[in-house]
Amino acid sequence: MAGRSSRRTGRQDAPPKLEKVPTGIKGLDEITMGGIPQGRPTLLCGGPGSGKTLFGMEFLIRGATEYGEPGVFIAFEETAKELSQNVESLGFDVPILINQKKLAIDFVYLDQQEIEVTGEYDLEGLFIRLGYAIDSIGAKRIVLDTVEALFAGLTNEFILRGELRRLFRWLKEKGMTAVITAERGDTTLTKQGLEEYVSDCVILLDHRVIDQVATRRLRVVKYRGTSHGTNEYPFIIDEQGFRVLPVTSLGLEHKVSSERVSSGIPELDEMLGGKGYYRGSTVLVSGPAGAGKTSVAAHFVDAACRRGERCSFFAFEESESQVLRNMRSIGINLEPWVKKGLLRFIASRPTMFGLEMHLVSMHKELTDFKPENVIMDPITDFEAVGSQRDAKSMLLRMVDLIKSAGITALFTSLTSEDVALGTTEVGISSLIDTWLLVRNLEQMGERNRGLYILKSRGMAHSNQIREFVLTNHGVKLVEVALGPDGVVTGSSRAAQRAQEETEKLARAQAKEARLKTLEHRRAALDARLAALQAEFEAEVQAAKLEIAQDELREKRLASERSSLAQKQSEKVAPKPARGKRK
Amino acid sequence: MTDTKDEKTGAKKPTRKKTTPKDRAPHETEWELRLYVAGHTSKSIAALNNLRQICEQHLAGKYKIEVVDLLENPQLAKGDEIVALPTLVRRLPEPIRKIIGSLSDTEKVLVGLQLRPREEA
Repeated sequence: MAGRSSRRTGRQDAPPKLEKVPTGIKGLDEITMGGIPQGRPTLLCGGPGSGKTLFGMEFLIRGATEYGEPGVFIAFEETAKELSQNVESLGFDVPILINQKKLAIDFVYLDQQEIEVTGEYDLEGLFIRLGYAIDSIGAKRIVLDTVEALFAGLTNEFILRGELRRLFRWLKEKGMTAVITAERGDTTLTKQGLEEYVSDCVILLDHRVIDQVATRRLRVVKYRGTSHGTNEYPFIIDEQGFRVLPVTSLGLEHKVSSERVSSGIPELDEMLGGKGYYRGSTVLVSGPAGAGKTSVAAHFVDAACRRGERCSFFAFEESESQVLRNMRSIGINLEPWVKKGLLRFIASRPTMFGLEMHLVSMHKELTDFKPENVIMDPITDFEAVGSQRDAKSMLLRMVDLIKSAGITALFTSLTSEDVALGTTEVGISSLIDTWLLVRNLEQMGERNRGLYILKSRGMAHSNQIREFVLTNHGVKLVEVALGPDGVVTGSSRAAQRAQEETEKLARAQAKEARLKTLEHRRAALDARLAALQAEFEAEVQAAKLEIAQDELREKRLASERSSLAQKQSEKVAPKPARGKRK
Repeated sequence: MTDTKDEKTGAKKPTRKKTTPKDRAPHETEWELRLYVAGHTSKSIAALNNLRQICEQHLAGKYKIEVVDLLENPQLAKGDEIVALPTLVRRLPEPIRKIIGSLSDTEKVLVGLQLRPREEA
């Protein structure tokens, strides 16, 4: 009852800065930029089942366990036992906190059946109980859940309203950070117009169902004297309590990495400048049904886990065991990674809950598991949940979320057969860094797959279409054959290859034959040359012989002549005749 | 008026016997009333005065009034689920009944104490 006198005058002074108290509820403190106003009441309104009571309990429990602020829960609707049972499933041990005097729960029971009202009254009894509970543990936080029960239990609304006004003022004077829950009215924030009394901070919880899918949302309707996120933020209640997704904290501020990570398919790495994807980039594998998109993803997962990295696999079409089995059939065994705790499957139908819930559950996975890689297979199914625009905006948020965490993401997307680029893809293409397209190539009565890189930001990449073959040892990217009609694949490719082989053989044979002919000709030529040479030699010999004979004869003639001359020396002048002959 | 009241109390008696008795033999102080107040406010003084008057008139000799000041014993508020003050609690005869306010309307108090039936409609 004593209260802190220092706080008593707080109402009149306009404090220069609003002090805030962290609620400890994940995400909410980011939206409110620090928490709810300290020493003031905050109104929490929402329909039935929107999570008001849980919000209140978590606010107190977090306060008691994380911020050293004991709290009092004044329950008008549930008993202390019920309350502690309800939050037990969230891992909060209320009885222990009560024993440690960190938490007090007071159940205020009002039964109109046994109450008669006559004459004037006030709520001093409630004040006394609150004061007693607050003082018994030195509480700094208090939750009133829900004060409106008083309206049902007590008549004379005039007195009641006056007393409520006094109650909130009194709580302020005691410096209690209070959360007052209230049922939402049809047109007003609260059925009883409590927003009239609590004007500092109003938080609205909403639980709505669109297309049979329930989504919880939270909105800070009003927060006097401080800026705050104004959007509707999706939230979930899971085994760890409340979790609000602060979407505004996302922007284009993520750091980029120049590190490269393998795609798990050597040929694909080769096509991507020889090194694979950039770390932290977003990869989209799109293609028609049965194109092998999941296999590309599985290769990536396998490679990542081999590097010792964690992967989260969001499967929207297949269950975990189904993916494992199917991948085993193409020689990729992912099971050891699951067992090692490197790979986690989150398999759920997109229609299981709303788009926001998917976003929140992804956020939860990213913060809990802290994976380096994320697979979403496939993203196209989200259109089944919301409109195309909603699905795109959610994907945008998801990509932002992933990028801001520096996570490498691989999405698959289903495209229709006729359209090369599906409509969804056009919608999100701006978000995608590397886009692989798997296409069916129908030729010669068979269907084959071709893969090419549609785009890959920031790296040199191949412009080739490769044939995409699923083998017992995973995906192989085979260089396609180029026929007269363009790219040929499958058995056509094989035929083309065979034909090429034959032609090559024939060409080789022809070449050899020609060489042989030439060889022959050379031999013939050589022979002829040799013959000519021999002929020539023979001629030379003959000529030499002739000359020798000539000389011999001449000598003989000369000697005959000289002897003749000697015999008749004055008869003839021999000299000029000899010179002429020479 | 007194006749109808006697009739009604007479009619009430069997039901009370049904719910209360067995372990407890009817005493002269069959009515155990407890008035919760917070200090000596005008409302609490008025309530006590009104209560005494009504009891003397209708339950002479068979009632007991206990006044609990919650300013002195705040922990007692929980026991009888006290929210508003002043509150009159009929602890006996069972079942427990509560009447909130300064007890200014005698008719309503009598209805509340089940000394008179609730007016039809």
